[in-house]
Amino acid sequence: MSETPLLECIGVTKSFAQVHALVNVDFDVRRGEVMALVGDNGAGKSTLIKCIAGIYQFDEGEIRFEDETVNIHGPRDSAELGIEVVYQDLALADNLDVVSNMFLGREVTKGGYMLDEPTMEGAARETLDSLSVTTLQSVRQAVGGLSGGQRQAVAVAKSVMWNSKLVILDEPTAALGVAQTEQVLALVSRLAERDLGVVIISHNLHDVFQVADRITVLRLGQAVAVLDRRETTQQEVVHAITAGTVDSVPGMQATSPEVAE
Amino acid sequence: MTENDPQVDMDHPYIPAATPGTDAAQDQSLRDYFRLWGERLRAGELGALPIGVGLLIILVTFGILDSNFYSSRNFTNLLLQMVVFATIAIGTVFVLLIAEIDLSVAFVSAVAGVVMTILLRPGDPGWPWWAAAGVAILITVIIGWVQGMLVAKTGVPSFVVTLAGLLVFSGVVLVLTTSVTKVGTIRIEDDFVVGIANAFLSVTAGWILAAIVIFGYLGTNALTKFNRQRRGLPSKPIALIALQTIGLAIVTISVVWYANTDRGVPRGTVILIVLLVAWSFVASRLRFGRHVYAIGGNPEAARRAGINVDRVRVLVFMISGFMAGIGGIMLASRLRSVSTAQGGGNLLLLVIASAVIGGTSLFGGQGRVISALLGALVIASITNGMDLLGLASGNKFIITGLVLLGAVLIDAWSKKRRAAVGVG
Repeated sequence: MSETPLLECIGVTKSFAQVHALVNVDFDVRRGEVMALVGDNGAGKSTLIKCIAGIYQFDEGEIRFEDETVNIHGPRDSAELGIEVVYQDLALADNLDVVSNMFLGREVTKGGYMLDEPTMEGAARETLDSLSVTTLQSVRQAVGGLSGGQRQAVAVAKSVMWNSKLVILDEPTAALGVAQTEQVLALVSRLAERDLGVVIISHNLHDVFQVADRITVLRLGQAVAVLDRRETTQQEVVHAITAGTVDSVPGMQATSPEVAE
Repeated sequence: MTENDPQVDMDHPYIPAATPGTDAAQDQSLRDYFRLWGERLRAGELGALPIGVGLLIILVTFGILDSNFYSSRNFTNLLLQMVVFATIAIGTVFVLLIAEIDLSVAFVSAVAGVVMTILLRPGDPGWPWWAAAGVAILITVIIGWVQGMLVAKTGVPSFVVTLAGLLVFSGVVLVLTTSVTKVGTIRIEDDFVVGIANAFLSVTAGWILAAIVIFGYLGTNALTKFNRQRRGLPSKPIALIALQTIGLAIVTISVVWYANTDRGVPRGTVILIVLLVAWSFVASRLRFGRHVYAIGGNPEAARRAGINVDRVRVLVFMISGFMAGIGGIMLASRLRSVSTAQGGGNLLLLVIASAVIGGTSLFGGQGRVISALLGALVIASITNGMDLLGLASGNKFIITGLVLLGAVLIDAWSKKRRAAVGVG
């Protein structure tokens, strides 16, 4: 694990009209590290990752990626840097097979128009194998027929296919059973072993303590704690989530500081 | 419409190249292949099974009710009748794949027929067939572009945009026809244009066509297998390729042989085969086709994947206009004239029914180009059979309507089934 951050957000702020969704937040992720992002509903988790992904833009503050200040104006910019987000809804087309989904929008072609299926299928298999995703019967199965865990695995595999350096997972285990949660968490750990930076948003502290190296706690749009998993406890994290000290409580008139959870 | 005859699925040029979801076989052995097929069936991916069964029932029923149904004269008639539905339905398949609908196709096809016929009138202006047909098709493509832009950019449902189109273009057909004739009918004098849907291939040409279809199919499959094997990927078992090729060969040879005992294979059938192969290629082998399926399956996922969803939507409506244009020219050719009633009646219904009955889902993302052919075959057989029996129009509508309802119910059931399995 390297100590220089892969991604660093310095003093970032984001408001929606009167609502201060993020206030002067510092956040960083290192290579080969799983950083958990926790906080109550409306704490600003989704806003933060959407800004990193380029869906929103920060009002103030700086983003540094691989030691360089970067401007992210849209999802394409973040993808070019090597930032991939796996959203909760996974964004998979159920009628297409695993390979087609993994290459959706970035199909390998011959001459620009014709699909190069053998190349795509080979690369998809390789990626899935490298992540030890073994539960898939066939990469030519339609995604609609897969279990929740398998779908998550496909979405994660899709995100690491593109020489990505940072993978952000939004509630990857929220809809899964116990066994499938274990599989997905194992997958998350393997991403970090590949020296990727990983950000995982989760409400489930048990999951967080199982995979995370560090934990950033957001509360009312501010980063109230950055904790090392080995030196903290669930109680401490819960306390930070519910009663962490905020410098100033912004937007008291707004009941929920975050618009787009 | 008149009479017809047997042979179930005629000239499939392109059975394989499935939806992206079900490509060539996964596993090496024939048994594995059938096991997978069984699993997909249970999961609601019925493919061409309901249509095969339905067609069999139709052919047996009409065959028993009227012996003329199986005559070779009626068979070639059936081939002629089917071509128009199938051609327009190819465009409809694309529209349904992105979960939209195009209700204007029948009258757009009529616009093409009328425009071409007017431009062909000897001496006034007496254009050559290719210029007249070209302009007619260009106009329908532009109509598709306009409707597609309206759907994509304004967010007005395609149902409403194309319903407006249906009215507008039925009006255009009337205005155009009545502007040049008082009788309400314009005859087509051009021999080539009349020949499109009324001429037949020679016996030899028919057999050459059969050979091209069979060896084209075999060659495509062999090439795919070779390419996959070279990369060490699982490929379709040779036994299966052989089985499918033999099946196709039996069907194709029977069709050509039986058609040859009458007038031969209609020229329009050749055009249809070329169109089916070309659009199947677009749907299953091109990046554009992949994007069409993706938009039908999950438009939001497609958008986030960086696909220009609006552009694909507009192009799909242009394809619909293009195919309607070609279909309209074929219809005008078959009737040897156009009239104020062009594009009216139940043409729209039969075209959409062809696509849906052929197995293209109304919910988007499921279906194949070949379903236009299969559905048109069913529709043409029913229409033809009922005409032979001399059923009253009312009864014909009722029966056609019920068949369409049945197809839609199967579609809905299969979607539910897929969803249920998907949760797993």
